[in-house]
Amino acid sequence: MSGAASVSYHDVVTWLRTFTSTIAENKQYLTELDSAIGDADHGINMDRGLQAVLGKLDEVPPGDIGTLCKTVGMTLVSTVGGAGGPLYGTLFLQIGGATAGKSEISAADWSAALDAGVSGVQARGKAQLGDKTMLDALIPAREALAAAVADGAELPAALRRSADAAEEGMEATIPLVARKGRASYLGERSAGHQDPGATSSALLLRTVADTWAGDA
Amino acid sequence: MKKLINDPANVVREALQGIEAAHPDLVKVFYDPSYITRADAPVQGKVALISGGGSGHEPMHGGFVGQGMLDAACPGEVFTSPTPDQMEAATKAVDGGAGVVHLVKNYTGDVMNFEMAAELCRTEGTDVESVVIDDDVAVQDSLYTAGRRGVGATVLMEKIAGAAAEQQRPLKVVADICREVNANARSMGMALTSCTVPAAGSPTFELGDDEIEMGVGIHGEPGRERMRMRQASEIVDMMATAIVDDLPFSKGDDVLAFVNGMGGTPLIELYVVYSELNRFLSGRGITISRNLIGSYITSLEMAGCSITLLKLSDDFTKLWDAPVKTAGLRWGA
Repeated sequence: MSGAASVSYHDVVTWLRTFTSTIAENKQYLTELDSAIGDADHGINMDRGLQAVLGKLDEVPPGDIGTLCKTVGMTLVSTVGGAGGPLYGTLFLQIGGATAGKSEISAADWSAALDAGVSGVQARGKAQLGDKTMLDALIPAREALAAAVADGAELPAALRRSADAAEEGMEATIPLVARKGRASYLGERSAGHQDPGATSSALLLRTVADTWAGDA
Repeated sequence: MKKLINDPANVVREALQGIEAAHPDLVKVFYDPSYITRADAPVQGKVALISGGGSGHEPMHGGFVGQGMLDAACPGEVFTSPTPDQMEAATKAVDGGAGVVHLVKNYTGDVMNFEMAAELCRTEGTDVESVVIDDDVAVQDSLYTAGRRGVGATVLMEKIAGAAAEQQRPLKVVADICREVNANARSMGMALTSCTVPAAGSPTFELGDDEIEMGVGIHGEPGRERMRMRQASEIVDMMATAIVDDLPFSKGDDVLAFVNGMGGTPLIELYVVYSELNRFLSGRGITISRNLIGSYITSLEMAGCSITLLKLSDDFTKLWDAPVKTAGLRWGA
């Protein structure tokens, strides 16, 4: 799609396929980022989970974006393991809850869904902005999207602003000292490394923009 | 990497098949999702205890499933938390109507996965209490970290709470005993060598021939300090001082001393460590009235050890002495 005012069920499926292949391409990169400050499994775990998601895409009865996203969430929870499973699982479960019964979503719908998803991740992980986690990409993305929708921006522009904000947030994790997760055991030694979770989250928002704003 | 494995991707499953084949009298093994229960589960009217975590720490947790200890264990991939569907299935399988306690080591992934599982089980009407274990003094407990890691106290908690559950004590009481064990236990580990995760294929960290990692975690996480190799007496002094000063343990205390091997250290060295620990504690007027020596919470093939001290009450001592019949610990039964 290009420049449309809404996102169809089919567009969501296309995004999930693109996100899966993007994570597969970046599996090694994410794992390397994780080996610097974590336990070197983020790329491996995310790839395992998303490959399982790929197998489910054709099994879900098509039409309801909410059902699709909930299925993605449950699949990630049961296959990713580690901290990524509950966090990405919760993100998709909450997005699914916010889009229940919808076969098409507007920029405002996506903004509300992302808000629900990010709030779910915050509640599950009990992290704040600046703790050097995936929320450092997700929170700016949510806020940029909400601001764009409030400004009356077109869907493609709103999605790009959201993805840009996620990437800026991701890069801003480099100097931070981790306060959550395994990286926090390193204390000051965690500074100077980009957070792998913020990186995979920025990839998520970028693939949304690429597939729904017609940039792909 | 030299390991006695087939495909690195199948290590956990194949080890489970080994446990199933070896101990049909003690446990039942389930796959997809995978978990281990005691052979006679569910035990009606008894509080059930479930623990779990990444694999690679054997005999913990699967080796502690059986009479007088755990009702179920959920093994994750090597050093990766198990998932909520495993914990939910295990909880259903062992719930004998008196409720279930989840024993969770304090790692971000384990805590979140067990939290999701407990929420799912509660929605379905099972009474679940969760206890978090965080006894590792090597990590600073602060609002700015994930908090202390759960290590050696886990084994002691599983044994003591398992005995309490066997005596038909109710859910809240068993959960409180777990919390009391956690509050009265402190641990510290050290590594002489790294470990190699089968799927990774190379050592988790680099350690020179003349270096040790003081305060290492059970997944090879960094500790307090990288230092030069030194004699056992000096190493034990450092570890024991950190532990004793933290609780603090003081003159006149009765303790259970647990000297644990990390997987690649022979028992003869663990006895040297125990002898040094006994000397150190005697000097402080602390009496070791129970001990456990051996490799019970391991980190694959890592060489090194950890020390856990638990301040004993009369109740703890009786529960520790109570019969236990598992693949990893067995006495009186």
